[in-house]
Amino acid sequence: MASAVPSRLDPLPVLRGATGDADLTDGLLAPLWNRTRRQATVWRILVLLCAGGTLWLGFAMAWTFSVGIGAWGNNIPVAWAFAITNFVWWIGIGHAGTFISAFLLLLQQGWRGSINRIAEAMTLFAVMQAGLFPILHLGRPWFFYYLVPYPATTGVWPQFRSALPWDAAAVATYFTVSLLFWYVGLVPDLAAARDRAPGLLRRRLYGIFALGWSGSARDWSRHRIAYGLMAGLATPLVISVHSIVSLDFAISSLPGWHSTIFPPYFVVGALYSGFAMVLTLVIPIRRAFGLKDVITERHLDALAKITLAMGLLITYSYICELFTAWYSASTFEQYTAFVERPFGPYAWVFWLMMSCNLLTPHLFWSARLRRTPWVLFVASLVIQVGMWTERFVIIVTSLNRDFLPSSWHFYSPTWVDWSLLFGTIGFFGLLFLLFLRFVPLVAISELKLLRDDIGGEG
Amino acid sequence: MDRWRWLAEFDSAEAVVEAARQLRTRGYDRLEIFSPYELEGADAALGLERPQRIARWVLVGGLVGAAAGYAIQWYADAVSFPINVGGRPLHSAPAFVPITFESGVLIGAFAAFFGLMVAAGLPSLWRPVFEVEDFERTSVDRYWLAVEASDVVSEADRARDDLAALDPLRVERVEAER
Repeated sequence: MASAVPSRLDPLPVLRGATGDADLTDGLLAPLWNRTRRQATVWRILVLLCAGGTLWLGFAMAWTFSVGIGAWGNNIPVAWAFAITNFVWWIGIGHAGTFISAFLLLLQQGWRGSINRIAEAMTLFAVMQAGLFPILHLGRPWFFYYLVPYPATTGVWPQFRSALPWDAAAVATYFTVSLLFWYVGLVPDLAAARDRAPGLLRRRLYGIFALGWSGSARDWSRHRIAYGLMAGLATPLVISVHSIVSLDFAISSLPGWHSTIFPPYFVVGALYSGFAMVLTLVIPIRRAFGLKDVITERHLDALAKITLAMGLLITYSYICELFTAWYSASTFEQYTAFVERPFGPYAWVFWLMMSCNLLTPHLFWSARLRRTPWVLFVASLVIQVGMWTERFVIIVTSLNRDFLPSSWHFYSPTWVDWSLLFGTIGFFGLLFLLFLRFVPLVAISELKLLRDDIGGEG
Repeated sequence: MDRWRWLAEFDSAEAVVEAARQLRTRGYDRLEIFSPYELEGADAALGLERPQRIARWVLVGGLVGAAAGYAIQWYADAVSFPINVGGRPLHSAPAFVPITFESGVLIGAFAAFFGLMVAAGLPSLWRPVFEVEDFERTSVDRYWLAVEASDVVSEADRARDDLAALDPLRVERVEAER
């Protein structure tokens, strides 16, 4: 840098530090086998906590299977409650990972290289949690395979004119494609892990998963093309997934659901909660593993800006939803939007949602706050609570008071509902901790390429 | 006839790409570079064309997947198990769009993945180049230029001498890939 006084327009560095490629590689692989005592202890404590949560999830699932859906607070008309709220919330969280890895790859945003691996792992694990809920919710979950079209001896086929098989196809495709995309990006880094690992067992294990990657120019060229094409496929896919999830609602005629804004509104909400989750995960990881030179303030800044943009789009969606309800001149729509939600039995959830989702992002107009990790961390948690309540508001407040007052029914969750929600948070945490322990958590080869491009300094 | 490769080790990306460029102008055409990350200019220096195979497979996979997805839905709901829901058409094309799209993406992504595996010959846990001592550093901070040579002594010696003239860290000989 020539100028002594940094101008406000100077971009923050994407990558700091003048260490050699060997140090960079070893530093980024250190979480796999070279942890400090403190890192190891914290990791063990967190694993114990999350494993406890996972066991609790297993117990709540076993309870649901043996007692039935009656163990939940669901009733008629509130047939969809916590399960679908959790499903939509988790799958929405996944979307930011694909956005970072695929969208930003296609847009050639080099800075994604520091966080794309973490974000993609988040996607995979969030989609796994999401996938549990529709199956649990089936009532007879052992018949979930009825959703798969296969030539059954009964002659029965799934009904593809319903939105629910669309959902099953979208989520299954999304998980599979995310897994393949993640793994293809991971192969060169697994080769680095194979080549640096201490001990024969680790070398062999990473060697198997690295598939014999040799780093030849021809293979890099094929890798770039396959990876780019997968990104090209994943980009419309991620838009389609939450759009299809929203169609589960929008296809129906229920007031509060029957709306054409739903697909884009859901996609934006998904990205909003997803970017919040990326912040929640990246901020402690960057601190715990000393990755401040790799995941710099620039990344936090960029993530916060995207979160702000999504927050504004969510604000627009809420306004649009209210406007449409008013403009429709439908008594039922107007009742749901202007009486039931803001003043009905779940009014406090509605106002919690409004304040979390609409106010929090405005913190990020300030450059200083965008670069202050603890502010971002707290804000990201608030946004996730807000987005969970948004799904609750959409689902439960629409269902519990529909057309006929005689069929209205209040919903309140049972301990099983809460256990499933917090249990999946534990399971997600457990999977993520295992990822941090066994998989290279930053795209090392991409960072080297990035450093080559920007000339070593940033 | 046995084939083998001469490998020259370099410690910078610029050096290996420049070395490849020089050898190529001298008429070597069976060159390969090994590097820890994708080197800019490596394809041009080696005279590689953009591989088209994977892209073609993805296109075909996507189209076949989409067609199959549509066909299954049509066969299931309009032919094999027709259910009259409020008189709506059995063959409802708009309702079949989401799954058609998803199945196209799914098979397209599989085509990209398996296309990469087939094109790059993965998995193949052992490769002849791995026999070179310290080749492990290729995934960290070392760059290799490989020249394939036949076992005609004069030709092989010339290849080694030409590589050595490029000022590499060292030159090694390994069996060529089959």
